[in-house]
Amino acid sequence: MNFDDTPQEAEFRATARAWISANAPKQYEDELRKSSLGRTALKSADILEVAKAWQKKKADAGWACLHWPKEYGGRGSSPIERVIWQQEEGPFGQLSRMFIIGHGMCGPTMMAFAREEHKRTYLPPLASGEKVWCQLFSEPAGGSDVAGLRTRAEKDGDDWVINGQKIWTSGAHYSDYGILLTRTDPTVPKHKGLTMFFLDMKSPGVEVRPIKQASGASDFNEVYFTNVRIPDHQRLGEVGDGWNVSLTTLMNERSAIGAAVSTGFPELFEYCSSLMLDDGPAIEDRAVRSKLANWAVKASGLKYTSMRAISALSKGERPGPENSIGKLVAGSMIQDVATYALDLQGASGVISGEDAELAGRFQAMLLRAPGTRVEGGTDEIMRNIIAERVLGLPGDIRVDKDVPFNKIPTKGRG
Amino acid sequence: MNFDFSDDQKQLRDQARKFLTEKCSPKAVRVVLDGKAPYDKELWKGLAEMGFLGVAIPEEFGGAGAGHLELCVIAEEMGRANAPVPFSSTVYLAAEALLIAGSDAQKKKWLPAIASGEAIGTLALFEGKGNPAPNNVKLTAANGVLTGVKKPVPDGAIADFAVVAARIGSSGRDSDISLFLVDLKAGGVEVKSLTNLDPTRGQAEITFKDCKAEPLGAAGEGWSILTQVLDRAAVLCAFEQVGGSDRALEMGRDYALDRIAFGRQIGSFQAVKHMLADMYVSATLARSNSYYGAWALSTNAAELPEAAAAARISATQAFQHCAKNNIQVHGGMGFTWEFDCHMYYRRANAMALGLGSLSYWEDQLIDRMRKKNAA
Repeated sequence: MNFDDTPQEAEFRATARAWISANAPKQYEDELRKSSLGRTALKSADILEVAKAWQKKKADAGWACLHWPKEYGGRGSSPIERVIWQQEEGPFGQLSRMFIIGHGMCGPTMMAFAREEHKRTYLPPLASGEKVWCQLFSEPAGGSDVAGLRTRAEKDGDDWVINGQKIWTSGAHYSDYGILLTRTDPTVPKHKGLTMFFLDMKSPGVEVRPIKQASGASDFNEVYFTNVRIPDHQRLGEVGDGWNVSLTTLMNERSAIGAAVSTGFPELFEYCSSLMLDDGPAIEDRAVRSKLANWAVKASGLKYTSMRAISALSKGERPGPENSIGKLVAGSMIQDVATYALDLQGASGVISGEDAELAGRFQAMLLRAPGTRVEGGTDEIMRNIIAERVLGLPGDIRVDKDVPFNKIPTKGRG
Repeated sequence: MNFDFSDDQKQLRDQARKFLTEKCSPKAVRVVLDGKAPYDKELWKGLAEMGFLGVAIPEEFGGAGAGHLELCVIAEEMGRANAPVPFSSTVYLAAEALLIAGSDAQKKKWLPAIASGEAIGTLALFEGKGNPAPNNVKLTAANGVLTGVKKPVPDGAIADFAVVAARIGSSGRDSDISLFLVDLKAGGVEVKSLTNLDPTRGQAEITFKDCKAEPLGAAGEGWSILTQVLDRAAVLCAFEQVGGSDRALEMGRDYALDRIAFGRQIGSFQAVKHMLADMYVSATLARSNSYYGAWALSTNAAELPEAAAAARISATQAFQHCAKNNIQVHGGMGFTWEFDCHMYYRRANAMALGLGSLSYWEDQLIDRMRKKNAA
């Protein structure tokens, strides 16, 4: 048992470290290091521009999308090299956030289902960050129940005509392309009537409206489609096979190993280490220490769970299912941590923004936190996944499984 | 990076599981649970023959000379099987204290006897209520003679020898405490069995009346040695707790698959599925923290104090969580003496206290994290 690199891994790490040290935008390092959930903007620059510049620089030197094949703009690296890169990129990895959906989900789906000429045209600029992609799955009528989506695609000559509405689309407002899941046949059961496409987000009839979140910020959008035309050659997979295509996308979403999950613990520990309460230093208070210790072991448990998965990759093995706990644990933990940090501030905890403690770091975290327990699979969906796929418990009883989609009730009451 | 046990170590785990599945069935555990024997002597003998008791004891002292990682995988299986033997007191506490502080003669006398299953050892630290702290040690040592009362002493009623924490001064410093070795069969002690939460592992009260004892380690070094012993035992116990957590989770899962209510497997209800998923989360966090503890223990890393405390807390929480919810999944049947659920519930709650309470270890963890940050 050890944490050492193999000689090849060490060599790769040294090369990556040297390149990052010589090329990363160091002027933003401090700000990026201090960013936390709900607060990632840069004060002195537009984070999108900084992120795009960094991504392009990486791509030009062969450091973008490491695990992709070279012909599509990647490096052809092994999974463990990708992890080592993430470790070395450190705070600058924050700049990859706007590309996560494109690189992690759209790219792999294109690679699996798009025509070769499309792969060669669209994937390299996606890898280099020159083009940004989004994923258009969720709808007002289908969140956790994605297959309940209602956006229609109807064949018209060599085109498909799209009408409907998507929601919770991250980054749609700055995206150039998107992958889109639609319903092509409402007369068959819901999983069987879906078809996947990719489209130019500047197509006529696409309208992007930002959602003002409960936190006040706008990271997500509604996207409306009114008679949007998509040529048939931009279809991904067979007509009616969209559900299987989307599973490829979603599996990629959940397989991001080694990506640091944010728990809020390091921030809270640092805060408590210097905080004075009415009767002395917070860190010497028994109640505070007990809370900290409980979160400390969750944070370290997640860290070493991830190390176990990385070890499997290093040996060329498939990681076990244990990594599936990360989002579930971290999501509710960061919410609890933020709540507690405010509790320690007493009445003044109510103040947010620049006038607050630590310029409102924990207030911003608190307001953003509910979203982390919903996006990318709610806590409840994550528990279902663990129960069914890891523990082998039965799937939920699905009353709409064999019912034609257009016969499924759409209202709970009345 | 290879943050995992080696193939040989995993093979040893499989071997231990196979052995314990055969020799330590729930039925065998019940013989001790029902008070028909103080511990499972046959199993103890078998563990010695398999080389498990001395796995981390060097060959020159009669052991297998493997190491702590090997001991960790065996500990996991001992916890999984709920083994009713004095393994933790003898192997994690007594043997580790001897390995850390014993003279050559002391090691030669006791370690081979431990490895062969002839001697049961324990640590006599606690004196009634309270957690590990120098101030809680009242038993005195003067001129090689101990006077005072220790309780609870794990496996005290069946132990052949004990490592005893004793007071040699009253300066208020850690150096007031020394450790001593006592041959419990040589007179000067009164031993009384105590009823306890987990009858498969006994607890005793030992009264030392002008009892002869020899020093273990240098005078005044007792507390520092004890801290090291408790850290090592925390990691090893964590593996038992991880093994117990996994078994309790499996029992709950299996019952949820078998039991039909309202015309469905109860494991198809989300309330039950989510309870089991949360048990899996706790058990996984505990396992990963324990692996880190194992790494620190096996490399004698500077991180051991912090890693041991984290493993201790995480594994204690997981075992308590899995054991209590295993009963909940079983419903009324889980609350019967006949079903095995309560054996894990008892073991989980007894283990949560054995090396000091959860709140004690929480406090330790924060102290140790602060020390690391200050360094």
